[in-house]
Amino acid sequence: MSQTRTIMIECLRYDPEQDQAPHYRTYEVPFTDEMSVLEGLQYIKDHLDGSLTFRWSCRMAICGSCGCMVNHQPILSCQSFLRDYYPARIRVEPLEHFPIVKDLVIDQSDFLGKLESVTPYLVPAQPLTPEDGPNLQTPRQIEDYLGYAQCINCLLCYAACPQYGLNNAFTGPAALALLARYNADSRDAGQKTRMEVVNAEEGVWGCTLVGLCSEVCPKHVDPARAINRNKINSTQDYFLRFLAPFGRGS
Amino acid sequence: MRARSHEPIVWSLFGAGGVFAALLGTMLVLIIGILVPMGLGFGPDAMHYDSLRSLFGHPLPALGLAVVISLFLFHGAHRIYHTLHDLGIPASKKMMLACYGSAAAGSGVALLLAGMLVVF
Repeated sequence: MSQTRTIMIECLRYDPEQDQAPHYRTYEVPFTDEMSVLEGLQYIKDHLDGSLTFRWSCRMAICGSCGCMVNHQPILSCQSFLRDYYPARIRVEPLEHFPIVKDLVIDQSDFLGKLESVTPYLVPAQPLTPEDGPNLQTPRQIEDYLGYAQCINCLLCYAACPQYGLNNAFTGPAALALLARYNADSRDAGQKTRMEVVNAEEGVWGCTLVGLCSEVCPKHVDPARAINRNKINSTQDYFLRFLAPFGRGS
Repeated sequence: MRARSHEPIVWSLFGAGGVFAALLGTMLVLIIGILVPMGLGFGPDAMHYDSLRSLFGHPLPALGLAVVISLFLFHGAHRIYHTLHDLGIPASKKMMLACYGSAAAGSGVALLLAGMLVVF
């Protein structure tokens, strides 16, 4: 049984219906070694202040709901432990670059629109029916996209991305990594429909390869690699359309 | 319909410059900075004015030199342009002109000098 200590958790609080501006409130939270930041927030909600609002679900870095800024770093609160911050106090804030709905809950609509814009599903070359049987892949073909397919849409990469912070017209890391994920899938034939997003200024060209998205990704998706590999495809598309103006694009 | 970005033009110059900087740049540092001064593998006249002058008096080496200088300049210009943007100085037509314009001007001078090496 590990010993109980007390850590100070400073939370950003904001209720747009009541408050003029966001403010901070500090809570004294008793914790044991195995307690995550998320469990600290749950302690506050259960014992100290039931009005504190935050998202969470799986508690095991699978659902991507509990992303927040801890000491200005985007992290999954279920994956970070209070013992690693103690004895310093910690500051918990909603993910950067997104509007606040309430307290630590952000409005994801902008991301969801962007996700939709990259056609994030398999587009088969021919319409398939169950009678066509399973769509088989070799382990090598799975390997081509499996890394990018680990994305849990937690949005830590958007909170880390300075480009998205400067101009949120940028399609952003997770959506562009998922674009690369479907393009790399042998069962997919939708590359052409996704090319317009890739080629745009708000597409891969909005990225200046800062690379923080890949550093903060809890699932090691490496969006920076996905985006910058697509710069090569976009450059080829840019110049090759002059060589073969007929039959390319539509 | 999203507008297509024209960045592939400067990005390919940036990419080519980066490859040259990484491959040729390190080689040049090794040769000019270490091997020649230490007399390793090169004759004492390897970096002598006359031998270099006669090498770059031929059109192909002269053009190659101008192209490499130009790509280095575009590589630097592109990096500076985006780093300024990262630092919060908004990308504008003026900034673009200043960065890529100086690279283009530098390339022009390099080409002119290369031409002069061949002609005179």
